[in-house]
Amino acid sequence: MGARADEIERRLVAALAPASLTVIDDSDDHSGHAGHSGEGESHFTVRIVSDAFAGQSRVARSRAVYAALGDLIAPDRVHALVIEAHAPGEA
Amino acid sequence: MDDQVQARIGGIVGSNDVVLFMKGTPIFPQCGFSSTAIQILERLGVEFETVDVLRDPEVRAGVKIFSDWPTVPQLYVKGEFVGGSDIMMEMFQSGELEELMTDKAVARAA
Repeated sequence: MGARADEIERRLVAALAPASLTVIDDSDDHSGHAGHSGEGESHFTVRIVSDAFAGQSRVARSRAVYAALGDLIAPDRVHALVIEAHAPGEA
Repeated sequence: MDDQVQARIGGIVGSNDVVLFMKGTPIFPQCGFSSTAIQILERLGVEFETVDVLRDPEVRAGVKIFSDWPTVPQLYVKGEFVGGSDIMMEMFQSGELEELMTDKAVARAA
C-alpha cells in the first residue's frame, strides 16, 4: 500500500478504533481525468466497521470519517473518497 | 462575501425541492461521482435542479461549508442535506431514497 493509504489508515485507527478497516486505492481507475494528480494516490475507498458508528446516521458516519482524515481531504491529496461505514453487526 | 455566498446557496436549496450540486451538467457530468448521482435521480424520475460548481468557484468552496461536507456531489431534498453519491447509492439500493422522495412529496418529472 502507498504512503497516503497508510496515512489514511493510521488516522482512522487513531480516531475511530475500527473493528475492521480496509483502505483501497482506486486511483488507477481515474487516471487522466480532471482532478487526478498524476502522482498516483488520489482516489480511495474506505470500508470501516466501528462501534463509534452505532446509532449514527450515514451522514454522521461519513462526517466522522472526514473529520478523522482532516487535512488529507484536499484536492491535491485525497481527491475523492468512497466511504462504506458500518457499526458491528450491520450488513 | 462568504455570508453572501452562503445566503445564495441557502436560497437555491430553499427554492428547489431537489437540488444536486455537481461537477458539470446532467448531460456532461465532469466526474464519475456526479454522473452516478444524476443517474440515480433520473432513475427515481424526480424533478431536480443542478448547480455546476465548476462554473462557480465561490459556490464550490461555499457549499462545503454550508453542509459541513467536504466533497461534491451533494444532494438536498426539501432543504435538507441528504449526502454525497455513495450515500445516495446506498439509499437508492435499499429503497430509502424512493421513500424519502415520496414522504417529502417531491414532484415527479413529467
